[in-house]
Amino acid sequence: MSRDQILGAIRRSLKRGALPADQQAMLRDRLQRHPRHPIPARSRLPHTQQVDLFVRNVEKEFGTVARVAAPEDVPAAVADYLATQNLPGRIVLAPHDELRAMPWSTRPLLEIREGRAQASDLVSVQHGYAGIAETGTLMLPSAPNRPTTLNLLADTEIVVLRAASVVGAYEEAWDRLRAEFGSMPRNVMLVTGPSRSADIEQTLELGAHGPRRLHIVLLGESDSA
Amino acid sequence: MHIATSPAFKENASKALSNAGLQKALARSGPSFIARRAAAVAALPEFEALRDAARDIKNHALANLDFYLETYERNVLESGGKVHWCTTADEARAAVLSICQAAGAKTVTKGKSMIGEEIAINDHLEAHGITPVETDLGEYIIQLRHELPSHIIAPAFHLNLEDWEEAFRQAHTDLPADRTFHERRDILIEARTKLRSSFLAADVGITGANFLVAETGSSVIVTNEGNGDLTQTLPRIHIVLASIEKCVPTLEDTVSLLRVLARSATGQDFSVYTTFSTGARRPGDLDGPEEYHVVLIDNGRSAMLGTEFQDMLRCIRCAACMNHCPVYGAVGGHAYGWVYPGPMGSVLTPGLIGVDKAGHLPNASTFCGKCESVCPVRIPLPGLMRHWREREFERHLVPSAVRANLGIWAWFARRPRLYRLATRAAAFGLGLAGRRRGRFSRLPLAAGWTAGRDLPAPEGDTFFARYAREKRSGTLQ
Repeated sequence: MSRDQILGAIRRSLKRGALPADQQAMLRDRLQRHPRHPIPARSRLPHTQQVDLFVRNVEKEFGTVARVAAPEDVPAAVADYLATQNLPGRIVLAPHDELRAMPWSTRPLLEIREGRAQASDLVSVQHGYAGIAETGTLMLPSAPNRPTTLNLLADTEIVVLRAASVVGAYEEAWDRLRAEFGSMPRNVMLVTGPSRSADIEQTLELGAHGPRRLHIVLLGESDSA
Repeated sequence: MHIATSPAFKENASKALSNAGLQKALARSGPSFIARRAAAVAALPEFEALRDAARDIKNHALANLDFYLETYERNVLESGGKVHWCTTADEARAAVLSICQAAGAKTVTKGKSMIGEEIAINDHLEAHGITPVETDLGEYIIQLRHELPSHIIAPAFHLNLEDWEEAFRQAHTDLPADRTFHERRDILIEARTKLRSSFLAADVGITGANFLVAETGSSVIVTNEGNGDLTQTLPRIHIVLASIEKCVPTLEDTVSLLRVLARSATGQDFSVYTTFSTGARRPGDLDGPEEYHVVLIDNGRSAMLGTEFQDMLRCIRCAACMNHCPVYGAVGGHAYGWVYPGPMGSVLTPGLIGVDKAGHLPNASTFCGKCESVCPVRIPLPGLMRHWREREFERHLVPSAVRANLGIWAWFARRPRLYRLATRAAAFGLGLAGRRRGRFSRLPLAAGWTAGRDLPAPEGDTFFARYAREKRSGTLQ
């Protein structure tokens, strides 16, 4: 069987048999402890500054950010963004309780469908799980209330993210994910800015196959607070 | 398998040098890759420490690869996926085909995968009536032009805008005649529109993997376009192609490698989409594939473990080595004649298709050391090329004239006094003969050198003599 052949070939090449029990125990312990390696100092900041760094990095990677104070302000922020971009007031919304609890009815012109994205959707609104300040990266783990297609199919993706969910480094986001999900979600996307390609003459063009625009509505802990 | 033209490297290289389009592309793109990496590295003070960590993580994973692969497999199974172990490219092709056939697949979308190129999966699927569609923009045009990629992260590195227009006009026959492609943007929009329907129609999506995470049983892909994510999310079946050395222990290990990957590759701090896929669709999920298969491929890797070439298995395919290589910069990727070009290809290709076929590649190096100096996992690439040269010599693959000359040189080199005398006489003689012009455009027995460039005339003295003189006088620098 190929499995045994490959494992056997690896062991022969490494000039040993299967690892002895004590070494296996050490490796299992390493997996369990999942030790960290050097982490760049740039994100080791007080939380408000981490949020600022996150915003700066998102903007550096061609994303945009609007900051709002309270959940009640989110529907207006979404509607305003669509208006300024000349986009239709039609969104597909992640079926997430935090988003559902927002007063969307205050924007009656906004047409809302809940669920996964379809090819015809122009704008999706996703629930952000975490923001990683180090590189302005969103962590978007899949779940029934956070469909992956919302990150991919629409021309414009809007992510609603609590400022409290911004962390410094990737490692902090993994720790939160491990604690809250227990096991690895089916899909975890780390998204840094809108889709792009440099395949034509090695020159950057925005808007390849994923969303052409990535807009983040950042909730709470506003600049002024 | 692709028929390697690596044995014809010299002919390939001379054709490449006179290919105006290729030279234009190389002159444009080479310097920009170098500048972007330098800027990203300069912005991160910890970069050298991160390179050390990246090297150590891969070394640890390779030293315990059997253990981590078994752990990885267990976690894939636990999350509802399947692992297909394949010792050879043939087995891997058969495994992919049987999954596709069992699903009754007609079209397959593909994310960029170098192991996919290595096992020539597209040809195999096509031969069995299944249409593969490459969705990475660079791979897409390569497929239209029936070529191999010329670069491991920028497949269409060798092409110019006019080549794109030509390929698109030929393939997209529904285009109106007045449709213009004056801007790169026009190409991108056309490809986005065209491929969108492929994404939606595909029965199976095939991606590669930058990493396999043992701790969680995840496969990781890194893209800027989002094509890999559409490929692995929309079809009913997701197949991951990965070679065994991609396996790393934990999520922490993975992000540490990711920190050096994008910076070394494109000079980005992080790629746009870094995605961890773990098993099939879960209860309650509204999207995602119903089946998740990993085709885990050895194809020569396990034989490199435990040898002087084990270090090569650390490679994370960033392409920094080829971006900084003067040889790659002069001849481009296709001259190397197989899937992997540049310094990493010069080490990996002989290991995978044999030094008898790929012996020219480790010789196509000036040993300037630039590749090693930028490698994020510190692979000693020039040293490994030297090992291949030694093996080539040991196996009598070196042409007899070269062997004979090396023999003559070695005879002198083992007799230092005679060597100094002979080189002194030669330097003096050549210095005298070439004093007037300062260089030779022709020289007996040295046509191989002078055919392409002049030989500078020695100034009359040897290195040894000058070294000894300056040491005596204390002016040695």
